Amino acid sequence: MPRARMVLVLAALTLALVVPAVVTLPYPRDVLIRIFLFAALAQAWNILAGYCGQISLGHAIFFGTGAYTSGLFVARDVGSPWLAMLVGAGIAVILSQLIGAPVFRLRGHYFAIATIAVGEIVHILAVNWEFIGAARGLYIPVKRPDSFVNFQFHQSKAVYYYIVLGLLVLGLGVTRLIERSRLGYYFRAVREEQDAAASLGVRVARTKRVAFAVSAALTAACGTFYAQYVLFIDPESVFPLSLSILICLIAVLGGVGTLWGPLVGAAVLIPLGEITRIYLGGTGKALDLVIYGALIMVISVVQPAGLVGVVRRLREAR
Amino acid sequence: MTLLHVEGLTKRFGGLVANREISFSVAPGELVGVIGPNGAGKSTLFDLITGFQRPDAGAVRLDGADITRERPDEISRRGVARTFQKLRPFAGMTVLENVMVGAFQKTADVRAARETAQRALDAVGLGDRAGAHARGLSTGQRKRLELARALATRPRLLLLDEVTGGVDQATIPGLVRLVRELHAGGLALVVIEHNMRVIMEISQRIVALQLGQVIADASPADIVRDRRVIDAYLGESWRT
Repeated sequence: MPRARMVLVLAALTLALVVPAVVTLPYPRDVLIRIFLFAALAQAWNILAGYCGQISLGHAIFFGTGAYTSGLFVARDVGSPWLAMLVGAGIAVILSQLIGAPVFRLRGHYFAIATIAVGEIVHILAVNWEFIGAARGLYIPVKRPDSFVNFQFHQSKAVYYYIVLGLLVLGLGVTRLIERSRLGYYFRAVREEQDAAASLGVRVARTKRVAFAVSAALTAACGTFYAQYVLFIDPESVFPLSLSILICLIAVLGGVGTLWGPLVGAAVLIPLGEITRIYLGGTGKALDLVIYGALIMVISVVQPAGLVGVVRRLREAR
Repeated sequence: MTLLHVEGLTKRFGGLVANREISFSVAPGELVGVIGPNGAGKSTLFDLITGFQRPDAGAVRLDGADITRERPDEISRRGVARTFQKLRPFAGMTVLENVMVGAFQKTADVRAARETAQRALDAVGLGDRAGAHARGLSTGQRKRLELARALATRPRLLLLDEVTGGVDQATIPGLVRLVRELHAGGLALVVIEHNMRVIMEISQRIVALQLGQVIADASPADIVRDRRVIDAYLGESWRT
C-alpha cells in the first residue's frame, strides 16, 4: 500500500474510533451504526458479486439467518449471541452451498434468478414457520445488566457502534486479504472469462462456491448484529427482497469490485434515505427508492465503476 | 511413445457431425499442424481434447490416462494448455494479472506468480505492456497475451487455435519464431493455422480435416501432394 494511503486509512480509522466521544446524541449515532452495518453488508455482497461476478439478489436469506439464529438463541436461552453469530454464519455457509451447488454449473443470469427465487421461498417459509414466530416475528428478551456476553447495551449506543465498526473492518480486511491472494485473482478471472479461467486450471464452480460461502458468512454476522441491536425481528424486516436489492444498490453506487466502494455507497445512500424520510415523512414513502433508482441509472450509464470510479477518473485526469 | 492420443472422436450437434471418428496422436515434443477449410471441425476438436465439449464417442488419452470425461480445469492441470480462436482476455485486469492467473496453477505465492508471469510476457514480447489493461491491447497483442497466459501454466502440450489469424503481416514472423522457440524448448504443440506458408514451415506432421473427418495425416511434403487435401483445401496452385 502506498504510504499516503496507509496514513489516510489509519487517520480514518482513528476518526471512526473517536466519533462516539463527539457524537453523543442517539439519533446520529444510530445513523452512523446503520451506515457501517450496510457498508459491511454491501462489502460481503461485493466479495461474491463485485469480485467473483456472481450477482446475488437473495442476500437477505443470510442476513435473516444470522438474525433469527441469534434471536432464537436468546429467546430460548440457548447461549450467547456471540455463539449464535458463529452458528448463524455456519448455517448461512451451508445454505449458500445448497443454493450454489446446482446453479454454479450454469452461466449467465441463472444464479441471480435462482437467488431471487430462493430468497422469496425462504421469506414465505419464515412467515409461516411457527417455531420462529411466523409473521408475528420474534422479540428478543432484554437481558440485564448490559454485558458483552449478552450482546445487549441499553445505556449507550457506543458499544454497538464499536461492534459494527469491527464488523466493517472485518469485511474490509477479508476483502483486502482476498484481493491480495491467489483466490482474488481467481475470483476476477472467473468474473471476466469463465472459460479462459477454466483453461488455465481454475476450478470455476469451486471458486464461486468459496466466494459465496465467505459472503454468506459475513452477511449472517451482520444479521446477528442487527437482531441484537434492534431486539425485534420479523420476516418483513430481515428477509424481504427489498433488503437484498438495497445491499446490491449500495455496492453498485459506491463501486462494485472495489475495496472502498461499499462504504462510500452506504455513506451516501443511508443518510439519503434518512433525509427523505425526515422531510417527506409518510407522504414520501418510496421517494428514497425513486432517488436510489435514478442514481443507479445515472451510475450505470455514466460510470459503471461507481462513485469510487468517478473519484479514480478525476484523479487520473488531474 | 505418445503424449496425446485421440481415438475415434465423434461429436454431433443435432444433425451436423462436427467431428467423425477422428484419430491421431502427438509424440512428446512434436509439433503437429491441423489444417482444413472453415467448418472442418478444427476448433471442435480442440474443445473435445480440452474438455470444453463432451464427445459423443471416442476417447482422449494423455500419457495413457483417459481424460475424455474430465473438466477443462482438470485437463489444464494435467499439463494441456490452449488458446482460443475467439480471444478471451480477462478484459478488466492488467496484462500481468492476466498471465498471473495462469502462473497460479503451479504456485499460490503471489510474488512467484508475478515473476513467472513477467517471464512469460517477456518471452512473447509483451514485457513492456505488463501494466496495461488487457482491453487496450490490439488483436496481435491479445494473441500474445493468450499465449503468455497459457505458457505461464508450464504445459507439456500446447494447443494453439489460429496463431496468425487476424494479425497484421508484420507481426507474423515474430509469432512464428516464438512458436518455433517453444518447440525447440521441448514443448509439444498442436497448431491450427490457415496460413499455409506458416504451417508448412513449422509443422513436423500435418493432420488435414474436411467435414469433420481426417482426410490426411502426413509430413508437410506429402500433404501438399495429397490429392484429397488439394481438392478439399489447398487448390491446384499448391502443386507447383
